[in-house]
Amino acid sequence: MPEPLELPAYARSLGVTLTGESEGGMPVLTVDFGPMVEGRPQHFHGGATAGLLENAGYAALRTALIAAGRDPMLKPINITVQYLAAGKSQASFAVGRITRLGRRNANVTVEAWQSDRARPIATAVMNILMV
Amino acid sequence: MNTPTPRFDAREASKWFFRHGHTGWLGLRFTDQGDNWVELELPWREDLLGDRSRPVLASGPIISLMDMASGMAIWQTRGTFQPVATLDLRVDYQRPARERASVRGRVECYRITRSAAFVRGVAYDDDLADPVAHVAGCFMTIGADPREANPALGGGDA
Repeated sequence: MPEPLELPAYARSLGVTLTGESEGGMPVLTVDFGPMVEGRPQHFHGGATAGLLENAGYAALRTALIAAGRDPMLKPINITVQYLAAGKSQASFAVGRITRLGRRNANVTVEAWQSDRARPIATAVMNILMV
Repeated sequence: MNTPTPRFDAREASKWFFRHGHTGWLGLRFTDQGDNWVELELPWREDLLGDRSRPVLASGPIISLMDMASGMAIWQTRGTFQPVATLDLRVDYQRPARERASVRGRVECYRITRSAAFVRGVAYDDDLADPVAHVAGCFMTIGADPREANPALGGGDA
């Protein structure tokens, strides 16, 4: 029986949760707007957006690994975040996509959006080492 | 209070920057600054862990630390506070932070133009020469004040 997906302490304390929805088989994560994620007034802090993206990236990779019956320790190699539009004072969503799942390395692409799925506010590419 | 706007000072700005919002929640602290760089500290906190198996900080808060230090390094270099938006931020993780260690982020703004600013920096827990991560980023000024282009109105120096 596959273990349920669990978000790390950092995700939980930032208020990042699983929506229960999925896209391409990968979980969609969300975070509400509030003081914990606010940068300049009424906007998401870039770091909070990155935190949502990163958590969605890990959640996608964990989902793919659970499906493959693997449970390695994950170590971040790098992340590049592109900010496309200001994150406004409303909920943000993010979902990851596994671009390549290798034996030791995974390349994951993540998108974040707000009210319109077709207009991403930020994207990220992550390389994650699996040991 | 009708005093002239002083030069941006990261130490002074930190006193109100980190009182609220995302950076206040993280508990960021000012530690050091130079002409074109700023160093901030992210204290170790149990609820910011990124891994079930090890008591090390998640990488997300380290991005927030570096993003904030980047913005402040830009204002420090420019000498004025002008809102900036992150366009692109890259973090290369060198090794995990030590257990129960706070992480410092030192970022320098090495190039600034009228509308863009470029930064690079390191996150470290103990030794600046043995960083936890390297970062590189590109920022854009937003809501640029057109008066800046007019030398008769610009400056704002005391």
